[in-house]
Amino acid sequence: MLEIRGLDVYYGAVHALKGVSVRVEQGEVVTLIGANGAGKTSLLRAISGLVKPRAGSLKFEGRELGGMEPHDIVKLGLSHAPEGRQIFANMSVHENLELGAYLRKDSRGVHDDQERIFTLFPRLREREKQGAGTLSGGEQQMLAIGRALMSRPRLLLLDEPSLGLAPILVREIFKTIREINQDGMTVLLVEQNAHLALKAANRGYVLETGTVKFEDEASRLASNEEVRKAYLGG
Amino acid sequence: MDAHLQTFIQQLLNGVVWGSIYALIALGYTMVYGILRLINFAHGDVYMFGAFMGYYAARLFHVDQRPGVMGTILVFACSMAAAGLLGFLIERGAYRELRKGSRTVAYMIIGTAIFAAFNGAALHLAGGAAVLFGAAGFVAGGIGGVFLERNKRHAPSTSRLTALITAIGVSLLMENGGLLVFGADPKFFPQILPSRELNLGGIMVNSSLLIVLGVALFLMFALRFLVMHTRAGKAMRAVSFNRDAASLMGIPTDHIISLTFVGGSMLAAAAGILVGLANPKIDPLMGIMPGLKAFVAAVLGGIGNIPGAVLGGLIMGISETLVVAYVSSTYRDAIAFALLILILLVRPAGLLGTHVAEKV
Repeated sequence: MLEIRGLDVYYGAVHALKGVSVRVEQGEVVTLIGANGAGKTSLLRAISGLVKPRAGSLKFEGRELGGMEPHDIVKLGLSHAPEGRQIFANMSVHENLELGAYLRKDSRGVHDDQERIFTLFPRLREREKQGAGTLSGGEQQMLAIGRALMSRPRLLLLDEPSLGLAPILVREIFKTIREINQDGMTVLLVEQNAHLALKAANRGYVLETGTVKFEDEASRLASNEEVRKAYLGG
Repeated sequence: MDAHLQTFIQQLLNGVVWGSIYALIALGYTMVYGILRLINFAHGDVYMFGAFMGYYAARLFHVDQRPGVMGTILVFACSMAAAGLLGFLIERGAYRELRKGSRTVAYMIIGTAIFAAFNGAALHLAGGAAVLFGAAGFVAGGIGGVFLERNKRHAPSTSRLTALITAIGVSLLMENGGLLVFGADPKFFPQILPSRELNLGGIMVNSSLLIVLGVALFLMFALRFLVMHTRAGKAMRAVSFNRDAASLMGIPTDHIISLTFVGGSMLAAAAGILVGLANPKIDPLMGIMPGLKAFVAAVLGGIGNIPGAVLGGLIMGISETLVVAYVSSTYRDAIAFALLILILLVRPAGLLGTHVAEKV
């Protein structure tokens, strides 16, 4: 479904990704783990068109994404819940979800999808008319995921959904990610919490200073001695 | 009614009328700032351009000979459409190129502007010589731009300073272009609506003042409705809050930025015609002072904040009129900046602005 080959990304003079190759198949949950600054977020930003790669190819369902504008990439069925949630804090929960469906013209389908998201995250329903900036961190994360789902993507990119959340909320978010996946959504998940990420994923990649260090089935990565030492606390 | 009170109310009404004109211009500044974090210094000149387009439309369609409502609507429509197009071209030609990392166009504009300014100020050239001089500036700026563009050490050009200087360049270009095309002599804006003095409970009011106020209020509420309740307006708010996140929603951010320039320019053009109704003298440099004051009004209210721009404009108009009436007309322009300093000392983010931490 998503095929990335030899991707090079620079931020000014900083070489953020060096020849990264990653593959995501239909129906999978694939996770990217690694330390801060390893290039996980850069990879997601390159996929959704926020940064232009200098070299390499990015193919989504056979179409080359390199050089496309972010809004055209969304049209192809790819949705990105960015790092730090980045919800529109000056708007209501409802308006945030509405913006998630910006490209859709089927108002009935949009309404049904909003209902589906409220079933997934009942707390958002209670806060529908509330300003998104007044939500708690966990609720904001739910909104960020819900908003990304509103465009009806086939591939969902999630950047650090556990960031800054209490353990109980983290478990809740991960449970929802599995539910979404069981409904047929393909997920590319970036996480610092390697333990949980490897549990939720089918396959995983370990990124280190802009290169892929390991790539394997999630269960095998979780038992890999080096990965355990570096990312799972022994 | 007490004569003093009557004068006061009359002055207050004048102030509100001027204030609503400042507010219309300030809205354009604040909308563009909200979306691009750029002070579009050419905005005051778009207001001037709007006034001239209104002037020519009125002459073209003979509204000056047969004043009336339909004719007036036609004048507004023509002028706002022309100014909207101009705003679109300014964004497209100057600022978008800069945003995408190309400086060439910016240098061309700055080059033309500098040469045009020289021409206007120092050399007293006219007609063909002025055009030639401007063209020389354009070419010189362009060559400089291409040269620097090649030299990649100067490459990181998304700098706000470059954008700001380009904005000043666009402004100078338009002022000098205006002098060239429209001529330096002031023109009298024709009377496009019949006007008469009305007596409202002892207060004498010219009907055109009420029309200015009514149109300004209508446009402000129309803008508020568009921004709050339409799909494009929501997209505009989203882009202004977080451009990257907005593009991830599938919002074509460049189109929304264009739309913002078009909308702001249309409001400025309307303000230009309204000034023509209230104070019928227009010239190519008429945009400088009101543009500056409207900018101050936008900052006063909290730049990037739409109700803030309206509030700032009203405060500016009212205090200016009252100072002229009760203190001295000498201080007319000084009051704007005195107010700015005063309010920024107490509320650095402006009256309705909220302090936003700079994103790194």
